[in-house]
Amino acid sequence: MTDLTLSSRLGALPYDPAPESATLAHLRQSYGLFVNGEFTAPESHEQFASLNPATEEPLASVAMASPLDVDRAVVAARRAYDKVWSKTTGTERAKYLFRIARLIQERARELAVVETLDNGKPIRESRDVDVPLAAAHFFYYAGWADKLEHAGFGPNPRPVGVAGQIIPWNFPLLMAAWKLAPALAAGNTCVLKPAETTPLSALVLAEILQQADLPEGVVNIVTGDGTTGAALVDHPGVDKIAFTGSTDVGRLIQERAGSAKRLTLELGGKGANIVFEDAPIDEVVEGIIDGIFFNQGHVCCAGSRLLVQESVADEVLRRLLRRVDQLRVGDPLDKNTDVGAINSSAQLDRIRELTSWGEREGATRYTSSCALPDKGYWFAPTVFADVSQSHRIAREEIFGPVLSVLTFRTPEEAVAKANNSKYGLACGVWSEKGSRTLWVAQRLRAGVIWANTYNKFDPTSPFGGVRESGFGREGGRHGLEAYLDV
Amino acid sequence: MSIAPLRPIEIRDRGVLVPALIAVPGFRDEGELRRFVGALSGVDAVGVEGRVAKLATRSLKKSTKATAIDLAISMVDLTTLEGADTPGRVSSLCAKAMRPDPADATVTSVAAVCVYPDLVALARSSLGDSPVAVASVATAFPSGRASLEVKLLDVRDAVSAGADEIDMVIDRGAFLAGHWGRVFDEIVAVKAACGAAHLKVILETGELVTYDNVKRASWIAMLAGADFIKTSTGKVGVNATLPVALVMLEAARDFAETTGRVVGVKVAGGIRTTKDALRYLVVVNETAGDAWLDPACFRFGASSLLNDLLMQRRKQRTGAYVRPDEYSGD
Repeated sequence: MTDLTLSSRLGALPYDPAPESATLAHLRQSYGLFVNGEFTAPESHEQFASLNPATEEPLASVAMASPLDVDRAVVAARRAYDKVWSKTTGTERAKYLFRIARLIQERARELAVVETLDNGKPIRESRDVDVPLAAAHFFYYAGWADKLEHAGFGPNPRPVGVAGQIIPWNFPLLMAAWKLAPALAAGNTCVLKPAETTPLSALVLAEILQQADLPEGVVNIVTGDGTTGAALVDHPGVDKIAFTGSTDVGRLIQERAGSAKRLTLELGGKGANIVFEDAPIDEVVEGIIDGIFFNQGHVCCAGSRLLVQESVADEVLRRLLRRVDQLRVGDPLDKNTDVGAINSSAQLDRIRELTSWGEREGATRYTSSCALPDKGYWFAPTVFADVSQSHRIAREEIFGPVLSVLTFRTPEEAVAKANNSKYGLACGVWSEKGSRTLWVAQRLRAGVIWANTYNKFDPTSPFGGVRESGFGREGGRHGLEAYLDV
Repeated sequence: MSIAPLRPIEIRDRGVLVPALIAVPGFRDEGELRRFVGALSGVDAVGVEGRVAKLATRSLKKSTKATAIDLAISMVDLTTLEGADTPGRVSSLCAKAMRPDPADATVTSVAAVCVYPDLVALARSSLGDSPVAVASVATAFPSGRASLEVKLLDVRDAVSAGADEIDMVIDRGAFLAGHWGRVFDEIVAVKAACGAAHLKVILETGELVTYDNVKRASWIAMLAGADFIKTSTGKVGVNATLPVALVMLEAARDFAETTGRVVGVKVAGGIRTTKDALRYLVVVNETAGDAWLDPACFRFGASSLLNDLLMQRRKQRTGAYVRPDEYSGD
């Protein structure tokens, strides 16, 4: 398990740079707050820059919303709810949602470039995953808007009212879609607060909402930092808070929101990817790669713990390391890039801090030999072997391209180790034996369990966690519940 | 069943030490072969197809594209396998194989010309002392429905007429019925009949249907002595596909790591465009590695593909497409 020498070389045919054009983003120099259907200046006139994490250069300046601005947005949302949206039929709401979905598709290339510039994720992922899935969520919930009485929550279910939605920086557009689509389908109005480091795709989405002629005030988008989010959580005019982000912030929100507001939280995770000896080995390796290096590991459900049966551990690790070394790290706009930039210097510091603990606690570190760009925030794909359950890198969410490898001998041990975590968001089970997969899946304490795959998302499938990974579900019929008065 | 036992050895792949992982036994009977091949890890169809879908998004530009097109040209087995083949068509094909682009002497010759056995002698004399090999299908191609004696005679006939490479078909019926020993023995016998000629073993993956079958048949063929494993005859509904090529390349890679012997992979049937060919090369590049980025270890069985490669090559250099009629139809 400790011999980490690579045994063969791949990728001998070098690929010339194939960058997507950054000018497709058509970014404005400066963005205001999207309140009541218009971009408006913040009350303080304070702006801040959103950086490209791959170059550390500013992309655009965005408005810093103060509590007064948040109040303005909530008032607009309340007025839109009372006067327009609560009186709009499901069929009519569906028309807007379908329109938004189609406009996302029409502007897909632009959105993908914006997302990649602002977040640092590879264009292949923003183009093939984030943007198509965002459109798919609007399409899916458009279908529910006039069928809510058949959703299983009783006859004539009512919306909640004004929803405050706070989203993270790892999938900025997709998380906006996950939040807005079910809320609007169910008849709520929204105040959305994008993450401080990735506000731009939500602002392009605001343009799309204008294009779709969504009635003013139905969706309001307030950019800012933690104080903006706090103002939204504290606002008495907000009926419901939906938050996706870290467990620490989620805990604060739960304290502040108290029992006065409905709450759904989608928080951190330490997903276990469990590999049995009979699993299809080459696909296992791809699944492990997808599980931890997708989106630089900035994924709450990332398969950051690999639990591999001891009898195949050496072989799986050998193949995994060969594959890790082949990941193409670099310019996120390059169509052949597999792993992009870390989203912020703060996140990079956290990844460095935790990985240094991995070494300090005696795990064996393997780091990809890939070259990293000079400017920007980068972290080479890293695997730790010989990790034990007590190590920090096996317990804490790193939220970066870092995998911890542990072994087990029996299915019982695999389940015990997988469940020995404060989190419970997602797990993967790899085996060609269906009965064992089901036996294991029934015993795992996690909201999402993938069998012979990992990190697969679909709007029809509910997503969410248990324990410190949060509560409430997004996606599917279940995702409506958070936005209905049931 | 009898072959000399293969022993595990430490090998070097292009200078990099590859550890031998498991001992490959000589097989005393079909049971041993079945246990060995049956114990190989399975293939997950969704995973394989997802992986190739991702690899298919690779974008090859500028010098990478130029290099890849030249490489692809050098890997073509220029093929004509029609009942209506004529001596004129075969000699035309040979001329094209040696000098694919009449207007451009810098274009490399293709790897081989592939014909039926009765046209091998003609191809051999047309190609003279050029580096282009003569490949011949044999063993009652494409169905393989003949006795072993007839198949071996077919092979000897082609070899004595001057074939450098023999493309045989496996007995799919025997494989699907679980008679893996029979498949293995037949390959061993054909390999012996080939003498110095290289043996390509056609699995006809369109008839094997599952990726698990493709992987097992690949291993049986390699264990029995194949120099190449080949996807298809081009004569059935489903021919080469990217996921099948991925499974076969992974098998060849694992076999090389296990035994030290590098077995080539040939994809055949339905590959018509440069875009298709480059996608295969990306899969080779990222799953098997540079040992297979060589006409000695990777081939395209194709006919119309060559013209498209030539057109794209010209486009790369001049910026303009030429008319398809610039190149010969045969």
